Amino acid sequence: MAVTSAQIYGWLERYAGIVAEQKQYLTGLDAAIGDGDHGINMDRGFQTVLVKLAPVRDKDVGTLLKTTGMALVGSVGGAGGPLYGTFFLRAGAALDGKTEVSDRDLVGALEAGLKGVVERGKANPNDKTMVDALTPAVEQAKQALANGAPLEQALTAAADAAEKGMKATIPLKALKGRASYLGDRSIGHQDPGATSSYLMLRALSDSLATLPQRATTTTTTT
Amino acid sequence: MAEAAVTTRLKKLINTPETEVKDAMAGMAAAHADLIRVEYDPNVIIRKDAPRKGKVGLVSGGGSGHEPMHGGYVGLGMLDAACPGAVFTSPTPDQMARATAAVDGVAGVLHVVKNYTGDIMNFEMAAELARGEGAKVNAVITNDDVAVQDSLYTAGRRGVGVTVLLEKIVGGAAEAGADLEAVTTLAKKVNANGRSMGMALTSCIVPVAGKVTFEIADDEMELGIGIHGEPGRERTKLKSADEIAEILTSTIVKDLPYKRGDEVLAFVNGMGGTPLIELYVIFNAVNRYLTGEGIKITRSLVGNYITSLEMAGCSVTLLKLDGETTKFWDAPVHTPALRWKV
Repeated sequence: MAVTSAQIYGWLERYAGIVAEQKQYLTGLDAAIGDGDHGINMDRGFQTVLVKLAPVRDKDVGTLLKTTGMALVGSVGGAGGPLYGTFFLRAGAALDGKTEVSDRDLVGALEAGLKGVVERGKANPNDKTMVDALTPAVEQAKQALANGAPLEQALTAAADAAEKGMKATIPLKALKGRASYLGDRSIGHQDPGATSSYLMLRALSDSLATLPQRATTTTTTT
Repeated sequence: MAEAAVTTRLKKLINTPETEVKDAMAGMAAAHADLIRVEYDPNVIIRKDAPRKGKVGLVSGGGSGHEPMHGGYVGLGMLDAACPGAVFTSPTPDQMARATAAVDGVAGVLHVVKNYTGDIMNFEMAAELARGEGAKVNAVITNDDVAVQDSLYTAGRRGVGVTVLLEKIVGGAAEAGADLEAVTTLAKKVNANGRSMGMALTSCIVPVAGKVTFEIADDEMELGIGIHGEPGRERTKLKSADEIAEILTSTIVKDLPYKRGDEVLAFVNGMGGTPLIELYVIFNAVNRYLTGEGIKITRSLVGNYITSLEMAGCSVTLLKLDGETTKFWDAPVHTPALRWKV
């Protein structure tokens, strides 16, 4: 099965809507342990993404993702801009020129995005950052595909793992980002970046599960 | 979640939260047309006569809401350009890349970056972009806030008051013709010899958030506050100005440590909502404490120079001086916020 540009656009549009809807929630999480602007910044970023995607939405998946990354880098600011920007730029580079993407390629792009985030932010697992949601998600998606699961299942497993990783940030002491200044006072709060990353992966899983225009070119081989 | 959190109109002198930064930039351009020019999208405040051929360019930037830092320090003897982000949010790489290109007089550009995760990453991306265009770019990171403990295991100490002093001193050296390596070395020396700590009496309100950043009781203060209202070391009952000044100054003195016989620049900074009379009360106590320790204040700065919107409170910064740093502190400066000997 292959994922199309339209489906990727659907994911980004859906996530932009979720960010707008959850703006106050994300900002509230950030106010507890950061500077209280994560939802506001992400919303500004994804509204910009929608504007920048409009003229290129029929282009290849790589272009869609790279356009998203550049829009985020230029509009979000803070730490979220470079981190989410790098995620989409790297994922886009991995899918350069492709209008249809295989299951393996899509998960590979997520992995490339995660690698970019780790390089840019220098965070390790359990530092209480978005890496804590993205890392288990990518691992679970890869494993599911390796076990022969269809992409929908792999992405659901990824979103579930991200949710678990997000919740697991609650008891952690922050070691990166502004929350790290709080030391022990960061314990007991869910990380806002891990939360927005979880929402991003749930949006991916949901949008690929519900969109009708999924290409079925590789379903019959005998 | 509902958007109902912001129902009352903000009691601030703004038109809309979304237009605040650009409206203020336009105001600065109109008020200081002899010193600066501004560009929008990306937002940059540039020294009027930049680029100056053969002079190292100094670029800084950060979230808005800390005025006069950084835009107020653009001009002769200080910064060549400043990049204002959204309030309390790092600017974006396209801003720093544009600022770098606008002030590059072929002698290279130094980025002055406060140690915050977002600022560092955005400036790193900007430096990559600028180097890709052939520019020589160095960066210095300020991290003088002693309130951040366990800094080896966190994002590290925050850049606060020393940033202002560094921009002045290093700006003086760049104006005098120092090359990029010399300017970078001096910047690192200033950062290494400076320490700061702040405190807050009240919170501030980020316009887009529409409500106080943190709750604090009438009889409480936050010690070790950051310039974005980040909680600090501890929340305690309010104390007298003398006691507060002694807590801040003694913590700073022990940290470097500053020693008997040292000559320092003492900088008492207001967070934005504290009147100057109170800052002088604090300075008096800082002076008394340092005198008792045998540390001599040879230069001083008192006022609102690195603020946190309307937060009430102060920070104390000490910078150990030597002949070189004293000379460039004294050098002529003409910017919207600092001016002497011009």
